[in-house]
Amino acid sequence: MGRYTTGSSRQTRVSAVVIALSLSIFAAGCKKKVAVARTPAPPPPVVQPAKPAEKPRISQFEAEPGTIEKGQAATLRWAVVGETTSITISPGIGNVAATGNRQVFPSSSSTYTLTATGPGGTDTATANVTINAAPAPPPVADRTPAKSLSELLASTVTDVYFDYDKYDIREDARGILARDADSLKAIFAKFPNASIVIEGHADERGSAEYNLGLSDRRATATRDFLVQLGVPGDRLKPVSFGKERPQCTDSNETCWQSNRRAHFAAGQ
Amino acid sequence: MTKKIVISGIAAAVAVLALLAQERVVINLTGRGGKGAIAVPDFRGAGDAQRLMPLFNTTLWNEIDQSGLFRMIPKTSYPLNVPQQPTDFKPPQPAAAPTRRTPNPVSQPQGPWLTDWSGPPVNANYLAFGYTAVQDNKLVLFGLFYNVTQNDLQNAQVIGKVYFGTVDEAGARKVAQEFAADILKQFGAVSLAGTKIYFVSTRTGNKEIWQMEYDGSGQKPFTSYRSISTMPAVSPDGAKVAFTSYVRGQPEILVHSAENGRRLPFYNQTASMNATADFTPDGKSIVFSSTAAGGYAQLYMANVNGSGLRRLTNVRAIDVEPKVNPKTGTDIVFVSGRSGPQQIFRMNLEGADLERLTTGEGEASNPAWSPDGQHIAFAWTRGFEPGNFNIFVMDVASRQIQQLTHGAGRNENPTWAPDGVHIAFSSRRGRATHIYSMLADGTQVKQLTTQGQNEKPVWGKGTGR
Repeated sequence: MGRYTTGSSRQTRVSAVVIALSLSIFAAGCKKKVAVARTPAPPPPVVQPAKPAEKPRISQFEAEPGTIEKGQAATLRWAVVGETTSITISPGIGNVAATGNRQVFPSSSSTYTLTATGPGGTDTATANVTINAAPAPPPVADRTPAKSLSELLASTVTDVYFDYDKYDIREDARGILARDADSLKAIFAKFPNASIVIEGHADERGSAEYNLGLSDRRATATRDFLVQLGVPGDRLKPVSFGKERPQCTDSNETCWQSNRRAHFAAGQ
Repeated sequence: MTKKIVISGIAAAVAVLALLAQERVVINLTGRGGKGAIAVPDFRGAGDAQRLMPLFNTTLWNEIDQSGLFRMIPKTSYPLNVPQQPTDFKPPQPAAAPTRRTPNPVSQPQGPWLTDWSGPPVNANYLAFGYTAVQDNKLVLFGLFYNVTQNDLQNAQVIGKVYFGTVDEAGARKVAQEFAADILKQFGAVSLAGTKIYFVSTRTGNKEIWQMEYDGSGQKPFTSYRSISTMPAVSPDGAKVAFTSYVRGQPEILVHSAENGRRLPFYNQTASMNATADFTPDGKSIVFSSTAAGGYAQLYMANVNGSGLRRLTNVRAIDVEPKVNPKTGTDIVFVSGRSGPQQIFRMNLEGADLERLTTGEGEASNPAWSPDGQHIAFAWTRGFEPGNFNIFVMDVASRQIQQLTHGAGRNENPTWAPDGVHIAFSSRRGRATHIYSMLADGTQVKQLTTQGQNEKPVWGKGTGR
């Protein structure tokens, strides 16, 4: 230790301060022995293995409901985390965003496969939609094929869209709702006990809390408009989803517009 | 043309100056005499205790670091040998003793001096040290806290205390937290140990309410409805959690016990929407937004079981997110569309003294009162595209504002820690939304969640367990 040598070679001239300083540094080196005697030395540091590139992980992939009657819809929901280069759902859907949902109308029991591929690897998950055995055919009746409530809604009642932060019925929605009113009346004639949910949705930009109030207005404004056209209001149930159930999760106007909507679904 | 550009350039410069003049430090975190520098060397454990020391040392360091009270001195600059008990310190050398021969340091072991820590390269004001051991099947911590700038050892010792815990990770965390809390108490700060953050996570595939410790540890689900559970609020005593649920189709309010997780009775109004609940400071009432009267979502107050409904607003506009001032209990901030795009308003519970707090620019949301009832933290898109929220703090009396996040991600739902010094919030950066904490001046940002999508944190007192 150089400092120690220097200190002893200049015994006469060295100041107390320098001694104190050099001793303190030296003492720091030798005190360790005592500490070790009192408590055991800490174990050698653990070397962490290098972390491999993380592969994408499918945190959710499910069909809801998992069992349907033929002709009914099931909703696939998925969420993928991690870095991905492609996310596909087969059969029949193709490339999708990292999170989302899609209605499917399988004609027979089907297994959907979600494949997420990224630089770190591939993850796959499956979701089953089981079709219940067809119920007994209706006893004779007219020749038109029987359609389920969901099927009728999907094929004859059209969603309407709204402007940003607005809930008034747009000009282009009036004609649509007039046709929807006729379709709904026909549906209620066919399904006297049915109730229809009017889902209000918002795009991702406002706060989730305010969007609840906003999409509630969209759903109730849609209901009120239909009631004016003679649809029974007690059979229409507005439900505000805000931005909780977007049908598109990209950040562009096309996607935002598709989320600012009122959508019709079969109630329980 | 050129003239036009010059004029608009000047206008822009004036606008920036006006903005700068408005931006002041609203929350002064270091007003207690500036930040002291602290050295927190790794403690060691005798025998069985040693295996718990990595967790202990991390916990102690983080507890002290997160207070924002100290400048943490990097461990690399510490002396090689670290004192473990008071006798390891050598009394200061008398300065005026040049004739005395110093004993040979090799043959006579010596402890370090206070100046080893107060002087370069460490330059500490304070030192936390000690050690742990297992005695009678208990983890024992001998915790010492010194002001190393003092001249003698008697005055240097601020804390010298023994702490007991179980011989496991929980025990190691406990003794570290208690020791840290004692240190923070010396500086008038409140430890966050034991406080809980509730938040929304999609980890199970559905939005459920989750809970975690203030530092992100101990994350676990609080609800399991397999529906949409969101927008949580925690009662002032930490005993109840209210949130918005879709379990029965339309959004409605559910209240759960924080202690046992069970659902408590809450009567929901017949309405298309009952949502965005919060507790009043006395914990006896709930304020929320509802379409109970038909039409627009309006603000209401009810007893904590939903009875005794009272309407607070009556306007042809959307009103959500009521928050009652925790100190006065009589004034309320909320979000409304009554002046156009959503903004933050304040009024008293009788509906009088209505004022808009935000300027009308952009969209403002998520107001949260600081525990002192003088500030609100909130999310605002001012200066950014719609949807690109940042966290701001406002001194409500003076309307002075300070921007805490600056465009990194989409930042929402700020919530104050019980210490009034920390804020947790959510930030969507890329495709992932996570919970972060920071000091109320925007520094020391720390990510608390890593899995799934996470949002809407609320920071409550613990339940005392």
